[in-house]
Amino acid sequence: MAILSKEEAQAILKKALAYSKADECEITLSGNNGGNIRYARNEVSTSGAEENTAMSVESRFGKRSGVATINEFDDKSLEKVIRRSEEIARLAPESPEYVPLLGPQKYITTKEHFDTTAKIDPAYRAEAAAKSIAAANAKSLTAAGFLEHYTDFTAKMNNKGLFAYHPATVIDFSVTMRTEDGTGSGYVTQDFSDASKLDTGKASEIAAQKAASSRNAKALEPGKYTVILEPAASIDLLQGMFRGLDQRSAEEGRSFLSKAGGKTKLGEKLVDERVTVYSDPAHPEIPSAPFSGDGRPREKTTWIEKGVVKNLSNSLYWAQKTGAKSVPNPGGMIMEGGTQSLEDMIKSTKRGILVTRLWYIRSVDPQTLLFTGLTRDGTFYIENGKIMYPVKNFRFNESPIIMLNNLEALGKPQRISGNLIPPMKVRDFTFTSLSDAV
Amino acid sequence: MKRRNFLELSAMGLGGLMLTSIPVFGDTVSPERLLETVDTALKKKLADVALNTAKSKGASYADVRIGRYLQQYVFTREKQVQNIVNAESYGVGIRVLANGTWGFAATSDVSDKGIAKATEQAVAIAKANSKLQKEPVHLAPVKGYGEVSWKTPLEKNAFEVPVGEKAELLLAANAKALDNGANFVNSALFQINEQKYFASTDGSYIDQDIHRIWPNFTVTAVDKASGKFRTREALSAPMGMGYEYMIPKASEKIKGPEGTGMMGYRYAYDMLEDAALAAKQARAKLTAKSVAAGKYDLILDPNHLGLTIHESVGHPLELDRVLGYEANYAGTSFATLDKWRSKNFKYGSDKVTIFADKTQKGSLGLVGWDDEGVKTKQWDLIKDGVLVNYQAIRDQAHIIGEKESHGCAYADNWSSVQFQRMPNVSLAPGKEKKNVDQLIAGVDKGIYIAGRGSYSIDQQRYNFQFGGTVFYEISKGKIVGMLEDVAYQSNTQEFWNSCAGSCDESDYRLFGSFFDGKGQPSQVSAVSHGSAHTRFNGVNVINTARKI
Repeated sequence: MAILSKEEAQAILKKALAYSKADECEITLSGNNGGNIRYARNEVSTSGAEENTAMSVESRFGKRSGVATINEFDDKSLEKVIRRSEEIARLAPESPEYVPLLGPQKYITTKEHFDTTAKIDPAYRAEAAAKSIAAANAKSLTAAGFLEHYTDFTAKMNNKGLFAYHPATVIDFSVTMRTEDGTGSGYVTQDFSDASKLDTGKASEIAAQKAASSRNAKALEPGKYTVILEPAASIDLLQGMFRGLDQRSAEEGRSFLSKAGGKTKLGEKLVDERVTVYSDPAHPEIPSAPFSGDGRPREKTTWIEKGVVKNLSNSLYWAQKTGAKSVPNPGGMIMEGGTQSLEDMIKSTKRGILVTRLWYIRSVDPQTLLFTGLTRDGTFYIENGKIMYPVKNFRFNESPIIMLNNLEALGKPQRISGNLIPPMKVRDFTFTSLSDAV
Repeated sequence: MKRRNFLELSAMGLGGLMLTSIPVFGDTVSPERLLETVDTALKKKLADVALNTAKSKGASYADVRIGRYLQQYVFTREKQVQNIVNAESYGVGIRVLANGTWGFAATSDVSDKGIAKATEQAVAIAKANSKLQKEPVHLAPVKGYGEVSWKTPLEKNAFEVPVGEKAELLLAANAKALDNGANFVNSALFQINEQKYFASTDGSYIDQDIHRIWPNFTVTAVDKASGKFRTREALSAPMGMGYEYMIPKASEKIKGPEGTGMMGYRYAYDMLEDAALAAKQARAKLTAKSVAAGKYDLILDPNHLGLTIHESVGHPLELDRVLGYEANYAGTSFATLDKWRSKNFKYGSDKVTIFADKTQKGSLGLVGWDDEGVKTKQWDLIKDGVLVNYQAIRDQAHIIGEKESHGCAYADNWSSVQFQRMPNVSLAPGKEKKNVDQLIAGVDKGIYIAGRGSYSIDQQRYNFQFGGTVFYEISKGKIVGMLEDVAYQSNTQEFWNSCAGSCDESDYRLFGSFFDGKGQPSQVSAVSHGSAHTRFNGVNVINTARKI
């Protein structure tokens, strides 16, 4: 019973809610089923499948709240979980950040569920891994990869009249190919809601090509370079910035968006004017749930427009306390780009470095959003519009804010980890040391 | 089946966790339920169902883990309790060898019928996967131990302490921080109890009751006028102990360097004392001198050095990494088998002896037997600077010519398959009597670094960069003031070869990593790293200040 239809979910939620004796009660019902396959040294190492359905109940008496969960749904279990959440609520201290539960909401419809992904079986997974391993064998490379897929749903109902339901699917694939002599390594990662868009054999050829052409890399001096960051390279740095688009931490003075005198950068220009970032749960390439975890409707929201910070997310409590507009956190982010392909961007580069992937990214200074990390699995030197040779990996120390102020060009956005991000060319990207790692 | 949720931590401001979310296994339950146990005789009966079913279906080997995984997490900020999580996860995982190939299945249906069904599934998976197997699994022998049990040595089970009392302690620590100049403070207490029953066709029935605890906080100081903010992390360590770790003891305090006011904590933490100092230090960081980049001799505090050991020695010596099984995610390793075979690969200076174990008192890795029923032990990884061994489990031991497993198999839940995980990896203290002030006295131009900060290392573990939570300048053998914007960059082999010695064993203490991630799908594990204050000569320090 892992995946329930809207009607099935609604029926169980109604039944459970009828047992409630609390002032306020909100129930979330969610389920998923999925599977994975892992391979290394051109052999499957592990594979598995899992499914789960669970209900989480929050009961409230005044400002006291209690949560309990259960994964059985007969009448007795439903009553038990409601009673347990009520017992926990009675014992809880009053929350100083209490806000009432939401009433009925209007949500847009988004299509994130695809049968092509929902019907994946063990044979599909084995075939997907086999195609990837075949691409490695064809070039005498060693593949290590992972494929994972999920179908899930979330449904929510409370005694103030709110009801929400959203089904979704996702498939996520990545593979690292290494040359037998250990001097070359290539990587690819792709994720889709609709599994028919994934071809693990074709994707693996990108990793294979990068591995083969990254053999015997030359060392360049660390320093400031013009770089072309593929979306798989820039996404983690950008997500570091996206996660920080938060009103409370900015106003508390502990964010890169905080300013002298207790002010924030909301409404100010933060990055290059070619940078526009928005979220849209109905976007066909990266659909997401039309509601946030607390049931607020998610709509198309512009976060950065032409370099200016337009919106910051907040909790219901913080919005109410400050009188600000209530802005739930988004699903995936969309960064606008141009029409150039990665190849076009390389062609227009006089001298630069192509970066496939960044790795082990950690915050160094939250004040400036400085991050450190390393290039990995395919780093190449570009001269006069051509890839000349592979280069040894670098450690970088860079802030996405500085990076997006040093923007040279944006390419055509691609889906990466549920976001839509363009390849980007950036000048003066700071590499601080060399790494011997391949 | 599997219940694995993640608490989003970004909103909780606990930077010291170094994670954006933390795993919670299982269903939310009442706190009383965390004190229940399952009868051992019943577990033996259920385990035999799995072992007998596996044998009857043609498995040459089987092991079964019946596990109850209990967690209680308490989160606070400033004057309020934010969240209390009480969770239980109960189920059984069965691993079999059939046709020389592993098969694994797990179920939350802990009944004869549920276990038999999952066992049949595990055997079927093994047989199906054996068609793709090039070489059969080779298991190092292990003796059957019969019916045995083991329990974390503890004085006070943390789950027996009322949750209100724990919340009050965290709020009291927050108050200390606020009274001493903090603008914000987030604190947390993590408690884990793994009730694990392992049985195998080798004839072992092992009942273990394992406890871990971690108090933690992040203090933030803000200068509103300039818009600057700085944080300071707790100097606690996660431990394999009970609530006794939370009760301050003078005998477990080790005085820090002269001129810092700092204190080291061994087997008992003083959260209130640390929170007060943290607030003062966070505020002092706002006006501390920005470091001049260059070469410095570093004196590293055990609460900082533990993470450097973890990343630059612990991970590269995991044998599965060395062999390529983690290539797509964590990466491979520079410490290849040829370097080990040469018997003269100088990983570090002759001052460097690094040992692995799952036996140290109070450590996170401490257990009686690992998740393959292997009795735990201690062994050297690096002896007097030379690479001498790796971390291996039963199906890897033969690759490095070992006759038995090192006993470091671990699964983070009944529903996860066990694999090779890092044991405790620790730097042996110096043999000469020396305290931290004596160590600092020999340094002409240096930096003292304490606590957890930013950390990053490449996928083969050569190049790394580490920050800390507080930094002090050392000039002519003395601490002269605080520094900011410090990070050091080095290469693993170069760094360990610059090691100029440690304080003696009276300065030795444990650091820990509570949610170490590895594998796809990712599993967490908890591991300790012991060391005394240690000196490294001529390390490259960069200045991390930027303007945006």
